[in-house]
Amino acid sequence: MCLAISGKIKNIEMQYGGLVRMAKVQFGGIVKEASLEMLPSAKEGDYVLVHVGVAISLVNDDEAKSFQYLAEIGELDDLIEHT
Amino acid sequence: MSEYRDPEMVEKYLSELHKIVTRTWTIMEVCGGQTHSLVKNGLLNLMPKEINMVHGPGCPVCVTPVNLIDKAVWLAIEKGVIMCSYGDMLRVPGSKQSLLEAKAAGADVRILYSPLEAVKIAQDNPNREVVFFAVGFETTAPANALSVVHAHRMGVKNYSILASHVLVPPAMEAVMNDENAVIQAFLAAGHVCTIMGITEYYPLVEKYRVPIVVTGFEPVDLLQGILMVVKQLEKGEYRLENQYSRVVSSEGNLEAQKVINQVFEIEDREWRGIGSIPLSGYEVRKELEHYNANIKFDVNIEKVPENAECIAGLVLKGLKKPHECPQFGKKCTPQMPLGAPMVSSEGACAAYYHFSMAMEEVT
Repeated sequence: MCLAISGKIKNIEMQYGGLVRMAKVQFGGIVKEASLEMLPSAKEGDYVLVHVGVAISLVNDDEAKSFQYLAEIGELDDLIEHT
Repeated sequence: MSEYRDPEMVEKYLSELHKIVTRTWTIMEVCGGQTHSLVKNGLLNLMPKEINMVHGPGCPVCVTPVNLIDKAVWLAIEKGVIMCSYGDMLRVPGSKQSLLEAKAAGADVRILYSPLEAVKIAQDNPNREVVFFAVGFETTAPANALSVVHAHRMGVKNYSILASHVLVPPAMEAVMNDENAVIQAFLAAGHVCTIMGITEYYPLVEKYRVPIVVTGFEPVDLLQGILMVVKQLEKGEYRLENQYSRVVSSEGNLEAQKVINQVFEIEDREWRGIGSIPLSGYEVRKELEHYNANIKFDVNIEKVPENAECIAGLVLKGLKKPHECPQFGKKCTPQMPLGAPMVSSEGACAAYYHFSMAMEEVT
């Protein structure tokens, strides 16, 4: 139920009589509409997390987080050799 | 996202877990989506046997009471409304019928991806009443609330919702207050915290002296969250940590919280298999009660006892594993379920059933 998927905002248009910002969001090969009412600052090109047709969060591009944690446990060097 | 499924990363975390664990720890992942991911990705079999993951109540479909299913069926059949629902709800058994059986009998039951579509259906069918079966935890509450906001803003009068909204922190308290509770730490539900933030978990950490780590859903997320929990447990610490910071901030999504508060108020809620939990859910606010299907249609359906053969309550509180139920895979299957956890894709029973290879290893 709480499944939410991240995708990239392709474009934004006003709907519902000009009151609601709706985005076309690309998930892999699929494009679906999502309301941006919960994310007033979202803009084209942003990655957003979408749940039942509503974008609920920007996805911070700090994928470094996991890598940082690996570094803390002293495993990063090993991983870098493989990538 | 691929890095969160990277086998090498998984391997690193598993090896670190094996290195640090010295004794048995019982950890509950609260969210059904996490249960599904742990089972589907085979992580339960890969982790050290000392780590005992028990599966929590975080499956809204699973905890929706029979009485609410009966109400939805009654609205669809007796009142002839267009009953819109997320797909997961359709097979959940009511006391006499599921919504799917009602649909087969001619009721107008429609599966939707988003509640916003239900408002459009109401606009397109001005002579029909449209009800959305608004099930969910905090993650789904903003979307369900938004449908009411849209209807209100556009003057759509033939739309209402049947709310079955539950909240995670009171459910965690109910789990811990059970006299048989054995939980030593929690993985908190990442997407719930995307909306609500993490601060409401500090009191739980202090009250029950358990580590809580807000965790995501990919294999690497889950292993990282479990590693953070186990590190705390091994050191005898209990703190709130956030593994899922790429989408969870401390304060959550304030716009979403605003919409929730605009439409819903907190009330006591009945949980299927668990019973009533104080202040554990949302209902439509009094001043918007013409959007509350219960009030609009004066719904009053007698409560009937749950199916006595289903041990969903014990499974949802983490006191039993699905395969410990005598009916598991016998009288109870996803095609002919006795209880909701066998229906929902996030129910622990369905996860064990669909990925039976994993289950055999675990047992």
